[in-house]
Amino acid sequence: MITIKNLHANIEDKAILKGLNLEVKAGEVHAIMGPNGAGKSTLASILAGKEDYEITEGSVDFDGEDLLEMETEDRAREGLFLAFQYPVEIPGVSNINFLRTAINEKREHKGEDPISAKDFMALVREKSKLVELDAKLASRSVNEGFSGGEKKRNEIFQMAMLEPKLAILDETDSGLDIDALRIVANGVNTLKSKDNATIVITHYQRLLDYIVPDFVHVLYDGRIVKSGPKELALELEEKGYDWIKAEMVEA
Amino acid sequence: MNNNLKFIKGLTPTNLSVNTTAQKNASHVLDTTDLPTTRSEAWKYTRVTKIGKIDFTNEASTLASIEDKKVIDTPYTLVFVNGRFSQDLSADSFPEGVVVKPLSALEGITTQEEFEGDIFGALNLAYLNDGLHITIEKNAVVEEPVQVIHILKGDAQLSNFKVQIDAEDFSKATVVQGFFSEDSNNSFVNYTSDIQVGVNTHFTMEKIQDENAGNFHIGTDTVVQDKDSTFTINTITLNGTLVRNNLNISVNGENCTTNLNGGYLLKEKQHVDNHTVVDHKVPNCNSNELYKGVMDENSTAVFNGKVFVRQDAQKINAFQSNRNVLLSDNATVNSKPELEIYADDVKCSHGSTTGQLDDEAIYYLRARGLSKKAAVQMLVSAFIAEVIAEVENEKVKAYIYKRLNERFGWDINPEDFG
Ligand SMILES: Nc1ncnc2c1ncn2[C@@H]1O[C@H](COP(=O)(O)OP(=O)(O)OP(=O)(O)O)[C@@H](O)[C@H]1O
Ligand SMILES: [Mg+2]
Repeated sequence: MITIKNLHANIEDKAILKGLNLEVKAGEVHAIMGPNGAGKSTLASILAGKEDYEITEGSVDFDGEDLLEMETEDRAREGLFLAFQYPVEIPGVSNINFLRTAINEKREHKGEDPISAKDFMALVREKSKLVELDAKLASRSVNEGFSGGEKKRNEIFQMAMLEPKLAILDETDSGLDIDALRIVANGVNTLKSKDNATIVITHYQRLLDYIVPDFVHVLYDGRIVKSGPKELALELEEKGYDWIKAEMVEA
Repeated sequence: MNNNLKFIKGLTPTNLSVNTTAQKNASHVLDTTDLPTTRSEAWKYTRVTKIGKIDFTNEASTLASIEDKKVIDTPYTLVFVNGRFSQDLSADSFPEGVVVKPLSALEGITTQEEFEGDIFGALNLAYLNDGLHITIEKNAVVEEPVQVIHILKGDAQLSNFKVQIDAEDFSKATVVQGFFSEDSNNSFVNYTSDIQVGVNTHFTMEKIQDENAGNFHIGTDTVVQDKDSTFTINTITLNGTLVRNNLNISVNGENCTTNLNGGYLLKEKQHVDNHTVVDHKVPNCNSNELYKGVMDENSTAVFNGKVFVRQDAQKINAFQSNRNVLLSDNATVNSKPELEIYADDVKCSHGSTTGQLDDEAIYYLRARGLSKKAAVQMLVSAFIAEVIAEVENEKVKAYIYKRLNERFGWDINPEDFG
């Protein structure tokens, strides 16, 4: 589904990604862990199409297309979704209106007719129920005045509405209580199929009890320095990242 | 006669029955005053020299219909072309409690007599073409608005046009004003109004400015509020090359509410200047002022809002805000909110912001699949919707959104913004 090769990226002349490799296939769940500042959100932003970064080397193939050449909106329309670590508040723009526009732009891109008002409202009801998002929140201004947890849930609600091929969840679990965590994980698991894939960025192995990954990767100083099965997450939580540093020095 | 005002030579002094003192004073101002330059404080950011270079005339003209020159569909519509009353296009019956007369049909028109150097006010009176007087009779509650349409037609036309409204005690009514142009370039509507809001009266003015590029609009609304009254004016500027709106509101009675809102969405080389004055002379009143603008391309907006709270005017709540969004590096805003408070027990605030759209928000919307254009449209319309929401009449609101969609290539559904 997505193949990242030797990705190097700078921001304001500072190297952040330094030769990152990752391959995710359809049907898989990958977890990315790593210390603060390692470059996890940077990777997510670059994949989603944020323009502040300079890509100096490497390539990203998304279902046979050169992802880095695509406009942000085309990536979304082709099925890439990023649940933001810090979702922005947009006063005056209602969640529902903007989602209807987003769905219709995606449909137009695929040569389909716009969704009917009736089908759209049915979809809103179904998906807001899935993530237990209050219908009132669904129709309020995007994230405005939402609590941290509500913002995260709103991201998953949007994901459910847009049904992406590849979802990237950037610390969606941070700040969630255990109930919210279960709800979010349930949303992700319900949407999981053999045709789509998920990348979860997290600091906590707790999430991975609910969303069980096929692979766990350690992102450290701009590269994936270690990959392993789901047990690796437990080991990381117990031992921190220092032993990985030590391993790297040895190598 | 003054050099700057050579255009007056092509015009005929008013033949309406305005009082002679006012006429004499107006002529004196015209004989002794230059067009304002940017050296004068009130015109610092608005250049009117171009107006002085045009050889204006004023011709009688008419239109086959006003199909695309109206804000709303209503039988109670009055039409003026180049400041002259167009009887054929105008209604002759009005809702109960509403009496409408063209100024040309009046014996003795009462107006201000002093101009204090206001050259456009003096010009308006001395060369007044026509206008109308609307009386909302005492106790009348009028549901359907009266619509006043002014159309500039032809090139280099100068229209001196006046609207007088007397909203008598305990009445309630709305007047919708639409300013348009047809086949017009270098034409200029010089407008004034005198609005009297009676005791316990609710009066609303919805003012839509939609003259084509190439034309000028300078106007002064003068409003006097009596006690316990509510006056609301919403000024939405959609087009026109140079627009200057002066709004002077004297709150003379206690317990009044004053709402003044403005919206302007500009592009090309449009220049729109809103100068407002709210004068709180007595205690226990509220005023709420919100002006919001979106400037694209090479456009300029000027906002100068003054709120006076006189010494005896205790317990005043006065809020004033001007907020602008720039969509282009070449657009400019000059914003100056001013509070002058001489009373001590008041609640007043004012503020002004000018900025760009939030890049993070644009990125967020694009990351959900919206094109950049759709994302910008969504953010701009969300921004301006706050002020359009102040427009009370749904049909007026629908007109505004329709024109925004046409002018900016949008596809906003007004229902999305309630
Ligand atoms: N706009 C920016 N300007 C300068 N430096 C930046 C910018 N954005 C990110 N960085 C730097 O890039 C590095 C990687 O940041 P990133 O947000 O990708 O880390 P992260 O792995 O997501 O961390 P966390 O676990 O704290 O979310 C950090 O050193 C950060 O300070
Ligand atoms: Mg991060």
